[in-house]
Amino acid sequence: MQTLIFRTVAPFLSALMVVFSIFVLLRGHNEPGGGFIGGLIAASALAIYGIACGVTPVRRAIYFHPMNIASFGVMLGGAAGMISIFFGVPFMTGLWVYPNILGVEVALSTVLFFDIGVYFAVVGTITSVALALEERDEI
Amino acid sequence: MGADAAGTTFIILMLPFIAAICAPFLTRHLKHNAAWVLSLAPLAIFVHMLGFSPVVSAGEAVSGGFSWIPTFGVNFSWYIDGLSQTFALLISGIGALIVLYAGGYLKGHEHLGRFFSFILLFMGAMLGLVVADGFMTLFVYWELTSITSFLLIGFDHKREASRRAALQALVVTGGGGLALLAGLLLLWSMTGVTELSALLPLGAEVRAHPLYMVALILVLGGAFSKSAQFPLHFWLPNAMEAPTPVSAYLHSATMVKAGVYLLMRLNPVLGDTLAWETILPLFGGTTLIVGTLLAIRQTDLKLMLAYTTVSSLGLLVMLTGFGSEHAIEAAVLYLVAHSMFKGCLFMVAGAIDHEAGTRDVTKLGGLKAAMPITFAAALAAAISMGGLPPFFGFLAKEEIYYALWAASPWAIAFTVVAIVGNGLMLVIGFALALKPFLGPKVETPKHAHEGPVLLWLGPVVLALAGFLTAILSPLAHRFISSPMASAVAGEETAITISLIPSIGMPLALSIVTVVFGVLVYRGLDRARAGVASLLHAIGWGPDRGFDQFMDALVRLSFSVTRRVQPGRLDVYMKMTFAMVALALLVPMLRYGELPSWPSWPEDTRFHEFAVLLIGLAGLVAVLIAKDRLTAIVSLGIQGFAVALVFMLYAAPDLSFTQFMVETLSVVILALVMTRLRLYPSDHRPWSERIVSGLIAIGCGLGFMLYLIRVTQDALDLRLSEFFTQFSKPIAHGANIVNVILVDFRGTDTLGEIAVVTIAGIAILALLRVRTRRRPRAEATGAGAIAVREEA
Amino acid sequence: MEPILAVFVGALFTVAIYLMMSRHTIRILMGVMIFGNAVNLLIFTAGRLTRDVPPIIPAALDVPEIATANPLPQALILTAIVISFSFFAFLLVLGFRAYQELDTDDSREMRLAEPKDDPLPPLGY
Repeated sequence: MQTLIFRTVAPFLSALMVVFSIFVLLRGHNEPGGGFIGGLIAASALAIYGIACGVTPVRRAIYFHPMNIASFGVMLGGAAGMISIFFGVPFMTGLWVYPNILGVEVALSTVLFFDIGVYFAVVGTITSVALALEERDEI
Repeated sequence: MGADAAGTTFIILMLPFIAAICAPFLTRHLKHNAAWVLSLAPLAIFVHMLGFSPVVSAGEAVSGGFSWIPTFGVNFSWYIDGLSQTFALLISGIGALIVLYAGGYLKGHEHLGRFFSFILLFMGAMLGLVVADGFMTLFVYWELTSITSFLLIGFDHKREASRRAALQALVVTGGGGLALLAGLLLLWSMTGVTELSALLPLGAEVRAHPLYMVALILVLGGAFSKSAQFPLHFWLPNAMEAPTPVSAYLHSATMVKAGVYLLMRLNPVLGDTLAWETILPLFGGTTLIVGTLLAIRQTDLKLMLAYTTVSSLGLLVMLTGFGSEHAIEAAVLYLVAHSMFKGCLFMVAGAIDHEAGTRDVTKLGGLKAAMPITFAAALAAAISMGGLPPFFGFLAKEEIYYALWAASPWAIAFTVVAIVGNGLMLVIGFALALKPFLGPKVETPKHAHEGPVLLWLGPVVLALAGFLTAILSPLAHRFISSPMASAVAGEETAITISLIPSIGMPLALSIVTVVFGVLVYRGLDRARAGVASLLHAIGWGPDRGFDQFMDALVRLSFSVTRRVQPGRLDVYMKMTFAMVALALLVPMLRYGELPSWPSWPEDTRFHEFAVLLIGLAGLVAVLIAKDRLTAIVSLGIQGFAVALVFMLYAAPDLSFTQFMVETLSVVILALVMTRLRLYPSDHRPWSERIVSGLIAIGCGLGFMLYLIRVTQDALDLRLSEFFTQFSKPIAHGANIVNVILVDFRGTDTLGEIAVVTIAGIAILALLRVRTRRRPRAEATGAGAIAVREEA
Repeated sequence: MEPILAVFVGALFTVAIYLMMSRHTIRILMGVMIFGNAVNLLIFTAGRLTRDVPPIIPAALDVPEIATANPLPQALILTAIVISFSFFAFLLVLGFRAYQELDTDDSREMRLAEPKDDPLPPLGY
């Protein structure tokens, strides 16, 4: 798999896919997309990077252990649900704020954070599995 | 009855259980003297139950309780009439003495606390059993006595004989309990009542019911197994493996009497029919004779007592089955008398064993001087057992002959049975009370002397009770016997018999019995040898049968397990999917729910068919692929076809996800498959392939028909409409699918991402478990096996 | 169109189940994967098929004007796809490790837990 062309293109392709995955994640509430799809796209990006250039650069690139990322995602999802406690509404109730950042009204919500949690959980899990399998391939 | 009083009764009923919890702690601090404290619990119960006497002797009943499972009309309730009260008094009174006795008998035993706990638990179960009103309460307590007696009989669990006896008791009585449950449920469905007190007036209705016979047999199955009626008697003598306090308690007043209690309780309901008056005397009479004959053969004091218990139970069942007024009075008197003298004699046997070190009657003698108090108690109990004045047993036996004496052949036959039985019991009683104590002093393993107060207190109290109840018979009758007999008979009954014998047939029969008894006693050794050789000639008995039964059960279950669980995954899968196919197809065919023939869809589009055909081609290719690459690629093709289907039918989210997942699956599958040199082709013989194929086609067909049928019915769109309507106004999202996932059903999704993460952790853990093999290059061929053995 | 898709679903189930009854772990795994697709499509079809109108509300409106595709099965299936994938990955790795440890991918040879000649349980008490 480690052909020259693939190895050269893979980092750029992966980067592009990761950016695209974030785009898909953020638009998910109103257009097709969301945490699951975004997460899968990002995970495939990292898997491709791993196949092309080996696992070590990928691990260095994402810095955290992928399983930590996944756990962080689950925690973020849970925490986003728990914010509602402070407002006296049931667990997982969506809460919205519209702060004005740099003259643009941005819709922020617990729901968004929850979706980001899903994203991280999916990315982390699948990346860790894919990397673990690729890693053993190199033995 | 007020709420407070009901509460007190409830606490009283729970008291043994509370005491059972406290017992180990108390015993740790007070050692065997904890018995004094613990015996307060049964004593309190005794006093509380005695407090009901004014009400109960007036013919009333005390009842109370609360609702337990209201949906099914199941209540936790109690109903205390003369019958229940007498039993409760016996259980708690003898229970208190047994607890004390156990403290002396098991003094210094390392598990004394546990023993107290078990015996108090058993007491609680037994007490609950005799006062229970609701069927379910009765059944639960009934099984609880089986379980606690299992613990008690198997107390000395390091011996195999103990374990066997415990298991035997559990299997026999627990199995009988199941029959009882079936019987009670049947009575419930026959009458619609769930309480004994409500059932009692419905006797005529039950007896006229076509299912009466079935209910009767089921109930009798329960009662006979518990009360050790022939041929289910074998568990009782084996239960003598238990420490003596257990035998004294279970086999005098409690466990084995539970069956008799049940028969007496249901006498007004099930009794007074030809079946009842045939089955009960026949089984009871047989048990009486078999029990006494087997008792003659024994030389072990406890075993002799155990077999006479069997015969006494037979006598009680026989009398209950007779159903006449005198018979019931006799049964009541004999039950009370038996509880007292048998409890006493068991304790005496235990005391002799404890002090002399053996309980083989042929190795004992001349203990009179060493153990005078014990001897006195034993003698008193033996006199009562033999039915001689001035003890309560005499009243019972007189009443028995009153009851049986009637000028029909049926009655004469049973009179003879009773005479033989009573005569032999008299023999055993005196063999027990005289042989170890009289005669020349025999050297015993231990140097015998009178035991501590804890050991002789129980026998003496019981012997005295047997004497006092006889002397003060009018009082005893008024408060104990008459109310109980009334409850059993279901009508007002007054017992009048006293120590002053009336000249007549009963007295004559008593004299015949005594003469017969004395004759046998003189030739006891010869009788013992005769019975032994007879049993030797028969060879097989129910006890051996039990072993064979258990053996067969283990072998049967083993071969069934072998057949059902051969340890082959493909067999499990075949069975599972065959069941799935049946579950899908059979109901549809059976209830005519097959879909109607679907009409050809109106607006078909060419590209949709193309996608489906590509998918089918992929499926076929997976099946027949000969090499890895083809299989993986074909798998991808069918996955992408599914993704395209989602795309075509307005599910972009699903389509994207499916594309990504298929891609990733193919990648990781390729990663594994290329490494392991796995080949996807089938290596099975054609016969197996055809069977699998048929099962698979059955399932596929089932799912297809099921789906077509479902789509032909109206669809409930309420939930979908709700989500569609409120997606934007409430959740501010236009992509309804995403809104459902992260907002409406967010908690579900949280659970799902947790599952995904856990699966990831599990995968990493699996991959990281250290391989027992060295790297692949070395671990091929014979080297691998050697390495594995090292590790 | 539902009946035709139902036929396709039936075919998916047939192939998946046939593969799952094999002896080789790799075929079983492929069966599991197809089985997931089959179940998802079953749910999807049972929620009725709609062409061209995804369950997305146009920007200007609060409630869609025309009937959209049924969003409920889609939401169910979306998570099902991801979960069945992680399940598949787990099974794959399990099969892989089993092959490494037992030197076989034939399920009949994997008899560590249920050995072939299990002795009769003891008959005493």
